[in-house]
Amino acid sequence: MTAPVKTPNKRPGESLLRRFTRHQLFIPLAALALLILFNLIADPSFFAVSMKENSLGNPVLSGNIISVLDNASELVILAIGMTLVTASSGGQDISVGAAMAIAGSVILRLVCGGQAAADTLQTPLLLAVLAGILVSMIFGAFNGALVAYFKIQPMVATLILFTAGRSIAAWINNNQLPIINDIVFKYAGTFLPGIPVPTPIFITAFIVLLFWLALKFTNLGLYTQSVGINASSSRLNGLDPKLIKLLTYVILGVCVAVAGFIRVSRSGSINYSRIAENIEMDAILAVALGGNALSGGKFNIYGSILGAYVIQFLTTTLYKYEVPSTALPAYKAVVVILLVVLSAPVVQEKLSSVRKSPAKAAKEVS
Amino acid sequence: MPKGIAVDKQGRIKERTAMSDTNLLLTITIVVFFVLYLSAIFFLGGGFTKPQNFLNILNNNASLIVLACGMSLVMITGGIDISVGAVTCLVCMTSAVNLEQQGGSILTVILIGLGIGLAFGVVQGFLVAHLGIQPFIISLAGMFFAKGMTTIVSKEPVRVTNEGFLAVKETRIIVPGLGSTNKLGQYVPAYVEVGVVIALLVVALLFCLLRWTKLGRSFYAVGGSSQSANMLGINVRRTRFLAHVLCSLLAGLGGILYFLHVGSGDVANGAGDEMNAIASSIIGGTLLTGGVGNVIGTFFGVLSLNTIKRIVSSLGFDEAWWSNITVAAMLCLFLVVQSVVLLRRNKSK
Repeated sequence: MTAPVKTPNKRPGESLLRRFTRHQLFIPLAALALLILFNLIADPSFFAVSMKENSLGNPVLSGNIISVLDNASELVILAIGMTLVTASSGGQDISVGAAMAIAGSVILRLVCGGQAAADTLQTPLLLAVLAGILVSMIFGAFNGALVAYFKIQPMVATLILFTAGRSIAAWINNNQLPIINDIVFKYAGTFLPGIPVPTPIFITAFIVLLFWLALKFTNLGLYTQSVGINASSSRLNGLDPKLIKLLTYVILGVCVAVAGFIRVSRSGSINYSRIAENIEMDAILAVALGGNALSGGKFNIYGSILGAYVIQFLTTTLYKYEVPSTALPAYKAVVVILLVVLSAPVVQEKLSSVRKSPAKAAKEVS
Repeated sequence: MPKGIAVDKQGRIKERTAMSDTNLLLTITIVVFFVLYLSAIFFLGGGFTKPQNFLNILNNNASLIVLACGMSLVMITGGIDISVGAVTCLVCMTSAVNLEQQGGSILTVILIGLGIGLAFGVVQGFLVAHLGIQPFIISLAGMFFAKGMTTIVSKEPVRVTNEGFLAVKETRIIVPGLGSTNKLGQYVPAYVEVGVVIALLVVALLFCLLRWTKLGRSFYAVGGSSQSANMLGINVRRTRFLAHVLCSLLAGLGGILYFLHVGSGDVANGAGDEMNAIASSIIGGTLLTGGVGNVIGTFFGVLSLNTIKRIVSSLGFDEAWWSNITVAAMLCLFLVVQSVVLLRRNKSK
């Protein structure tokens, strides 16, 4: 299978610059470059990375760049799953935040053994995480079945879990807020002993590698795209579009569980109504920023990953300039609107015609 | 003569037309609402038998009715607007600050509400209709913007003490013939708040707009198939633009009604109302694919949603999470029923 087509068809006489600006990754790369440039000019110390001691006395890397890479982990993992779902079903899963709460709640209930607080792991960590993944896959299959077999629009189908998810998460733990104090549980969300780089970065790298392999050596990418582009003709070609749609939702379920595990592992506790709040919006934005059509079809998973990092970079930059966290959405919204307006086809055409016209005029004169 | 065409006495051809999708879904919704409410009266009795309890559903949800109707309009044209809840919140907060700290009056509150709504509508509508950006992304940004702006206006809850405003807020319109006698044997008249009257007026106006005006019919045409609508000579862009403007304007009005009901500005005002509005529209038979829907259905959608919430809490499931889970279960049930009904109809065609 070939990698997803990144460059639009080459046109004769197209300059290198134009081919670059037409590239799918142009928008996220340009946004990233702008953010880096802004930070370089405003305060170069933004990029400083230093060694510090954390609360356990271990030397760890700290700095804004590390924090961007670390905090973007959940978003990157979600964005990967969201890209697949978007490509196959032409819609987005808005329940990922609520599903993360469910996965986190299941994991915490198991490691705390159903008590309000525990000092040691009551269930082996691996078992608890696998249980979280399993539950998350079941909810993913529920969403997928509604979308694929009942032909309900993805946003509406996942609205069900979006509404109920956080309540289900609270119900799993009888509305208690369990706290786990075992340091082993926090390895995944903070630091492994002796390693100065935050663990979520490794987990993200592992997941990205996994998907890179899956896209390279299986037909996952090809099938997903063909179902997204035209479900009925892919059925005539012997694919089962319903099953493939369902599969992408189950894969997203796995991503959600991993992201949920990282999130609860950071603090060792959970707040049902606030955990991963609004993350579904960020994940969808990451997919859109990466230049993927939200109406499905062709996708570029690396665009979404880059998009997720850009969003986290923006968040961290805004925090650095002491924008209150509650006012953050307003600034984010302005940036998002600017980006989508710039990447809108109508605007792109206008821009390219502006660029063309001087050249045309020069030709006519000669 | 082909089957399915009957001829009446005068020899005119009477086509036996099947019910349209809109009417079928509307009928399902209304039947479900009455079944729900009547069974609540028979099996639970108590509070459900009192007319005032029914009117309280209206009192508490006047703003949601308006929001959901606006949402239905956009959904009929095939779009979506998830910024309405946040716009409600922004309107409440700005109005409260205006009344308390800038010496505003009820008139400025109305101007602020409609102005904010109009501004959101024009910007979002332009971006969606003329630049062809997905409405979900645009209204998502709109929601973020409104949420952020609310906290910039004021982070602390603002309680309103303006007398002119409170007088309007406390105005109760007596509904004749629905009162009941309380334990002391006194007659307590049933009442609705001012907001309910406005909300019902909005429903009636929108019903007429969708049913009998050129603009209303073009909403359905654009939602059904924008290409065919274009070929019919309908200005698709203008129609989409107007749908978004109307929806946001109604969100502004919904904000005023919400403010009128709670009488304070708070960051948590209208939280999750965009989802409640979408859920009500869907329960009311509006399809997100566009072209199918009705504001009367949406009105009953809001009522059904809140009736089921009340039934669940009166069954003894008081914890907050039960209400959300039931709403979701109901949404799920409706979606599956709609999908099965529509799939079977399309197959039989």
